[in-house]
Amino acid sequence: MTEVLKRDEVVAARGVRVTFGAVKALDGADLVIHSGECVGLVGHNGAGKSTIVNVINGGLTPHEGTITYGGQDERGISAARANGVRCVFQELSLCPNLTVTENARIMHPDLKGWNWRSGALALVEAHLQEIFPGHSIDGDSTVDDLSIAERQMVEIAISFAGTDKKPKLVILDEPTSSLDAGLAAQLMAYIRKFVSEGGSVLLISHILGEILSTSDRIVVMKDGRVTADRAAGEFSTRSLVEAMGNVVREQEWARAAATKTGEPVLSMPPRRGHGLAFEAYRGEMIGLAGLGGHGQTEALLDLYLDRNSNWWPTRRREIAFVAGDRSLNGTFPLWSILKNLSVASLGQLSTNRMVDRMREETLGESWKKRIEIRTPDMDNRILSLSGGNQQKVLFARALATTADIVLMDDPMRGVDIGTKQEVYDILRSEAANGRTFIWYSTEMDEIRLCDRVYVFREGAIMEELIGEDITEKNILAASFSEGAAA
Amino acid sequence: MKISSGTIRLLIPAASLALLLAAVFYMQPRAMSYNGLNLLFNLAVPIALATIAQMLIMSVNDLDLSMGTFVSFCACVAATMLQTSPMLGILIFVGAIAAYAAIGVVIHVRELPSIVVTLGMSFVWGGLAVLLLPSPGGTAPAWARWVMTAKPPLVPMAIVASIVIAGVTHFIVMRSSFGVLMRGVGGNNRSVQRAGWSVIGVRAGTYALAGFFAILSGIALVGLTTSADANIALRYTLLSIAGVILGGGQFVGGKVSPIGAVIGALTLTLAGSFLSFMRISPDWQIGAQGAILIVVLALRLALNRLEKREKSL
Repeated sequence: MTEVLKRDEVVAARGVRVTFGAVKALDGADLVIHSGECVGLVGHNGAGKSTIVNVINGGLTPHEGTITYGGQDERGISAARANGVRCVFQELSLCPNLTVTENARIMHPDLKGWNWRSGALALVEAHLQEIFPGHSIDGDSTVDDLSIAERQMVEIAISFAGTDKKPKLVILDEPTSSLDAGLAAQLMAYIRKFVSEGGSVLLISHILGEILSTSDRIVVMKDGRVTADRAAGEFSTRSLVEAMGNVVREQEWARAAATKTGEPVLSMPPRRGHGLAFEAYRGEMIGLAGLGGHGQTEALLDLYLDRNSNWWPTRRREIAFVAGDRSLNGTFPLWSILKNLSVASLGQLSTNRMVDRMREETLGESWKKRIEIRTPDMDNRILSLSGGNQQKVLFARALATTADIVLMDDPMRGVDIGTKQEVYDILRSEAANGRTFIWYSTEMDEIRLCDRVYVFREGAIMEELIGEDITEKNILAASFSEGAAA
Repeated sequence: MKISSGTIRLLIPAASLALLLAAVFYMQPRAMSYNGLNLLFNLAVPIALATIAQMLIMSVNDLDLSMGTFVSFCACVAATMLQTSPMLGILIFVGAIAAYAAIGVVIHVRELPSIVVTLGMSFVWGGLAVLLLPSPGGTAPAWARWVMTAKPPLVPMAIVASIVIAGVTHFIVMRSSFGVLMRGVGGNNRSVQRAGWSVIGVRAGTYALAGFFAILSGIALVGLTTSADANIALRYTLLSIAGVILGGGQFVGGKVSPIGAVIGALTLTLAGSFLSFMRISPDWQIGAQGAILIVVLALRLALNRLEKREKSL
């Protein structure tokens, strides 16, 4: 450890605090990266990994704390780039309509002059060849025409490339998510070489084998804080999973007895041809867990479209959907609270295809009381409510329908804890009445409320946990794969 | 060698133009001459320039609904100020380009939908055009007239102009650094920003360039018609959008092709002549023109689908 400390700091973030509304994304996190080391960063959903990456690359200004590059206090994307910080993001960030060389031109403003095309081509091809020997990517092909793995390879190669200024720190956020095992191994070997030549790498991955074998030091984050920061040799897969979890908290909920009775109300064959099949029974609360973006939302949409046609409105809807991203696909921002609530049940509220205003208002009043929507008047605009109350309206919209099955796509994002507790109680009582809830959540506490949990990894269901087995440790162990990429 | 998707996208507009041209020649063999070709494609030159301008705007994921009125305004300026006092005329055009750049900045900074802003601007340009030329009139500058009616040997002016326009804009949009940034903004705005570029600057530059080509379109139009009118180019708004799409461009995603856009403009002009040659009554011509558009676009969609299926295999 002392030897590491003597090296130069490339980036140091100290005491960083970032809040998004009620959510504390970072709560006093410290992350120092020295030259010539590979730091592994692990943590479950919402631990603050992406946020701290955005702070380091200058995209996000911390509300508190300091960020220094090479000892100097600077802010902003251009400051980060000037100090040699490069980032490969989880969602691919190439321009799909441009060729590989043109993308290199955008990422490297110092490729100038008449002949930048050949310069860029040489640069990309040299680095592709160095990192992924034997690849077959043509530098003149459009990114759209490449496979996802090839796009990721190109992005990695462009980020490691440097003309005048070599990159000092390359941040890799899930770099192997679409690479096969062979390519991932090539990348890991290159990272070791890059590090041995004095560069630094911040590696984020859900594949613990990669993190353990490639990093010098591993930083574990939880709830916006760094909970462990030790040399990689001191960790094993098991101790890493334990460090990510929270051992103290115990089960506070008495679950309904095993209700796996009768015919499943909803089922789905194994996804992507492997893993487990999905089944849901009446009155169950089923959680979809795992790291964000591993196919849970897609699974929910498939379940929904399976029953509800894409083309024709069905007379009696069997499935209701609670959207996670309120502003994107949840609320109608110009409508009143009441209209937002009743829109899914207009069929049952109307006589002769005309909406019965009286019945609509009765429905609104009853739900306002039941879930305590805090507003003087249901005719107020939906945006006059706080985020948590808007979310309650969306829940009420789904629960007010006659649908027996409710799908929920991480609906509690950015909702304060008090509202959450209220909604949990409503869900419990509705489940007891025979409704089935299928709930994708990125929060461990919510997943632990469920009767049964399916853990997703790389688009497929990897593990089914029932009752007392639903613990943070088991979920973490299933969401992170031990070995190399599948 | 594998054919890139860009080439495929260019193939259909080129094929449809060739097919339409063959049909016209079959029905009216006399069109297959120097003068015949010039007459067929004469009006395509200003449309091609306006299409290029529209394509530039579309390459950054915006849409310009003021194209028609702006070209009309430019035609009016060209037929009056540019004729009588060239310096003042040039000054007005420089101001118009600056206005376009400013529109780009406003759209970017305020995150306004471009169609709303440009729809509003269309009334401004239309009003200015009426102020300049309340009734049809004015005279084309002698040089504009000369350029548009020149008779180069072997190939008629309309064809030469189209090739020059396609070549120059291909260089700007597809080969230059600025073109790469412009299309980059259309393809993935965030990654351009993350790489440390000024997206405002790119947008402003794109809009200014579009304004420049729209001005050329207005001058070319006056050079052909010899006088101007405040409503002379109103249909250019939709023609230019149709031309870009016909030429393989897309509304979003920065997928544009200057050569395709020029071909699209030529196809649209030719479609009008083709329908006249078929003796379809003018009452039905607009509908028939729409039908041609639908057929070509359906063809493209089918090909896109085929391409996607191949990729997933």
